Amino acid sequence: MSGKAEHRSRGPLMVVPAALWLLLFFTLPLLIVVAISFVERGRAGGVKLPLVFTLAYYQRLVDPLYLGIFWSSVRIALIVTGACVFVGYPMALFISRVAPRGRNAMLLLVMIPFWTNFLVRTYAIKLLLSTEGVVNNLLLGAGLVEAPLDLLFNNFAVVLGLVYGYLPFAVLPMYASIEKFDMTLVEAAADLGANLRRAFLRVMLPLTAPGIVASVILVFVPVVGAFITPDILGGGKVEMIGTLINRQFGVARNWPFGSAMSLALMVMVVVGVAYYFRTSAEKERPL
Amino acid sequence: MSDYAVELINVTKSFPTDRGGELFAVDGVSLSIRHGEFFSLLGPSGCGKTTSLRLIAGFEKPNDGEVWIGGKLQGNLPAFQRPVNTVFQNYALFPHMSVYENVAFGLEMHRVAKPEIQRSVSQALEMVQLPGLERRRPRQLSGGQQQRVALARALVNRPKVLLLDEPLGALDLKLRKAMQLELKALQERVGITFIYVTHDQEEALTMSDRIAVMDHGRVLQVGAPEEIYERPVGQFVAGFIGETNFLPGRVVEARADEVEVELLSGERVRAVTSQGLSRGQEVTLAVRPERMLLGSAPSEPGWNLLAVEVEDVVYTGATTNYLTRASGGLSIMVRRPNEDAGGERPVDRGVKVAVRWRPATGSVFVDDPAHQDGT
Amino acid sequence: MRAGHATRPQRDPIVLRLGKTVLGTNALLAFAFLYVPILVLIVFSFNESRSVARWSGFSLEWYQKLFGNEALLRAARNSLLIAFVSTLASTAMGTLTALGIDRYRFRLRNSFDALLYLPIVIPEIVMGISLLLFFNLALFPLLQALIQVRPTLGVPTIIIAHIAFNIPFVYVVVRARLVGFDRTLEQAAQDLGANEWRTFWRITFPLLLPGILGGALLAFTLSLDDFLVTVFTAGTASPTMPLYIYSLVRRGVTPEINALSTVLLAASMGLVGLSLTLQRRR
Repeated sequence: MSGKAEHRSRGPLMVVPAALWLLLFFTLPLLIVVAISFVERGRAGGVKLPLVFTLAYYQRLVDPLYLGIFWSSVRIALIVTGACVFVGYPMALFISRVAPRGRNAMLLLVMIPFWTNFLVRTYAIKLLLSTEGVVNNLLLGAGLVEAPLDLLFNNFAVVLGLVYGYLPFAVLPMYASIEKFDMTLVEAAADLGANLRRAFLRVMLPLTAPGIVASVILVFVPVVGAFITPDILGGGKVEMIGTLINRQFGVARNWPFGSAMSLALMVMVVVGVAYYFRTSAEKERPL
Repeated sequence: MSDYAVELINVTKSFPTDRGGELFAVDGVSLSIRHGEFFSLLGPSGCGKTTSLRLIAGFEKPNDGEVWIGGKLQGNLPAFQRPVNTVFQNYALFPHMSVYENVAFGLEMHRVAKPEIQRSVSQALEMVQLPGLERRRPRQLSGGQQQRVALARALVNRPKVLLLDEPLGALDLKLRKAMQLELKALQERVGITFIYVTHDQEEALTMSDRIAVMDHGRVLQVGAPEEIYERPVGQFVAGFIGETNFLPGRVVEARADEVEVELLSGERVRAVTSQGLSRGQEVTLAVRPERMLLGSAPSEPGWNLLAVEVEDVVYTGATTNYLTRASGGLSIMVRRPNEDAGGERPVDRGVKVAVRWRPATGSVFVDDPAHQDGT
Repeated sequence: MRAGHATRPQRDPIVLRLGKTVLGTNALLAFAFLYVPILVLIVFSFNESRSVARWSGFSLEWYQKLFGNEALLRAARNSLLIAFVSTLASTAMGTLTALGIDRYRFRLRNSFDALLYLPIVIPEIVMGISLLLFFNLALFPLLQALIQVRPTLGVPTIIIAHIAFNIPFVYVVVRARLVGFDRTLEQAAQDLGANEWRTFWRITFPLLLPGILGGALLAFTLSLDDFLVTVFTAGTASPTMPLYIYSLVRRGVTPEINALSTVLLAASMGLVGLSLTLQRRR
């Protein structure tokens, strides 16, 4: 594959349409977000003209109220990611050890949620947990409670809904890693004197780590900025970064503040992912 | 110039390395390949044989030098305009086309008429002994069958020169040996020039009219199999082809066509050479294991004699290899065929015995600290 | 190359120790967790009464209501239109880009590659609001100055946004396909007399097609399902299906939503089935 001199211009030409589109409709808007976060808001929304530079919104962000919301979003994201990995890894392991026919069917079953609308799936959880929903009906019918429980509009519902939504995203990358893993390596470890725990921790886990890393990133990043699930299952009582940002562009009409929050979220995500990526890449020479 | 099917004149090809340097895959290579010849490029991985082939095919452009095919300078001609066809190492059969479509592809590209294509394709498939498989897909074929389809696909275009890049590498031993004979017979029947790349010296010796031994981008020796084997030009060639015993030493007496060499252990042996060596030169003697005999026979004067101790006896079915050690630590291997060779009793481990050989059966290489190839 | 995975040993040590039952139970519970809510949802869409928890009989009443709903049908039409247009554009651009970056070396190549991966990493909500700001504060004032008419958010802006987030996905899929592509096939074609153009159309493109179709299908699905980016680029109306569902779900839990959801699920299944049969055809 030599870069022939005659075709030196062909590569760039092929890339230009997409590059232009993304520069115009992705990069530029992001730059505007950054810019707007430093500018005073207008009285009726939008920005005040002529533009006035201010750091007020960043100062507001550092307020314990908002820091608390950021922190609780991260906490929720960590819990959801942890749950997905802890449930998903054994699941992936199980699927990889099933006979090929069954394996494909199971993978399909894991993939199907990918293809169904996220709103629909979140709604399904709302359906189950609502006061007129199946869970409450079962509990009432079995006589375990006397009045319907408030299962919705709290942290529990949001976490459950997020795990429900993102579990399939976690299973697939880990499955890919586990499937490639050669079990005879564990046998070799056992032959050399390692018990099950050590064989798993020292041999299997490091070698399937790339899949876990991918799963963590695929779950953590969307969850920390989630909006639909806390909005529908939290009903305004559970505040996460996503719902907070949405409010600034909705009823609160505070675009600069929302931009500042978005920037903070972006930085947090990019830094977190880069850091996680680098530390796990250092531990793991790519196979 | 049109005496030769393919000529490479001082061709050089380099690639940039990761660290910003340059790797010379082919370094000043010149070859003249005759019409109708089965010509092999032989050498270890990385010696430049595949790159040389790709330069002929047109997949690479040389940094320097000329590539001539059929008396025409190829220059900047791209691969699809060159009158050669290639059989690839991984066969490169188009997976989305049937066997028929694969074989017909080259003819299609040259706008041959449909009925003619049909005829040629079935002819080609018969020639490689695969009639009737037109509708199959490559993935439905065995390795050996895929290899033949690749061959048919190339041959159907009646190229003047066929380039083969280690085509038998993926086949198991028995099949490989059978295919070697088939390919050779095919080449003789069809009469076109084959340029064959391999790292398997036995394969090259079996099939070729002439062999070019390459290492590190250079051609070390070109010659018929017998010449390469019996009269290797340098230490590398001697060591790469077959097995060789190397005995380092220094010239103590030099005559017109013979030298007497004192080995490191002090013993003296004689060798035949026309190189015009002088006293004091550091040389290495090379003797093939099958040219050596065990035991001293007093009725053979003039033979070289060395005292050794037998360290190991390895039975390999057709032959027995004796791994021995001479004084000074030198290892010497002697190979004898397993037959009732009158008079020679098998020797056990630990036995002290002598090895002997005729001086004319060894080669002498001058020790050049820069090159190990005697050039 | 994978290290010998030809035989799955019967005595799989870790699985053996944990017991297939433990792993199996975990998997079973997890699958149940994933599917029970959906099954409940489907079942109660056929319920006779308004209840979403107490079964009183089979009825298609809620489905019939769907078909009379003008707003819903309009939203469905819009969703399909947006999905088709954005899929076409993003697949073309994404494929072209993947080929360009994979095959040719040029300056800024790595920067473009990074630029294309970026949208996948950025949280969707940030992308949504960035486009809201871009349209309202940059593009619309500019267009207003040029043509004296101030555009509004709506289907065109949604399409623009969808193309933007779909290009990277198509790019990633096609690029992955290219990385494993056997270049000797193209060399063989050239060796047999095909020039670059013919090599591309007879060999490269047909072999790449499954990847391109896969990317297109992914883009189509992502566009149909998208909510966050759409909600910020749609303006005040509820012109797409997900937005319409959202407006319903916010209000409460009703069998109509169940029915609508079931229809969407069936449509998704249809798409999955389609993609599988296409793959099998290869």
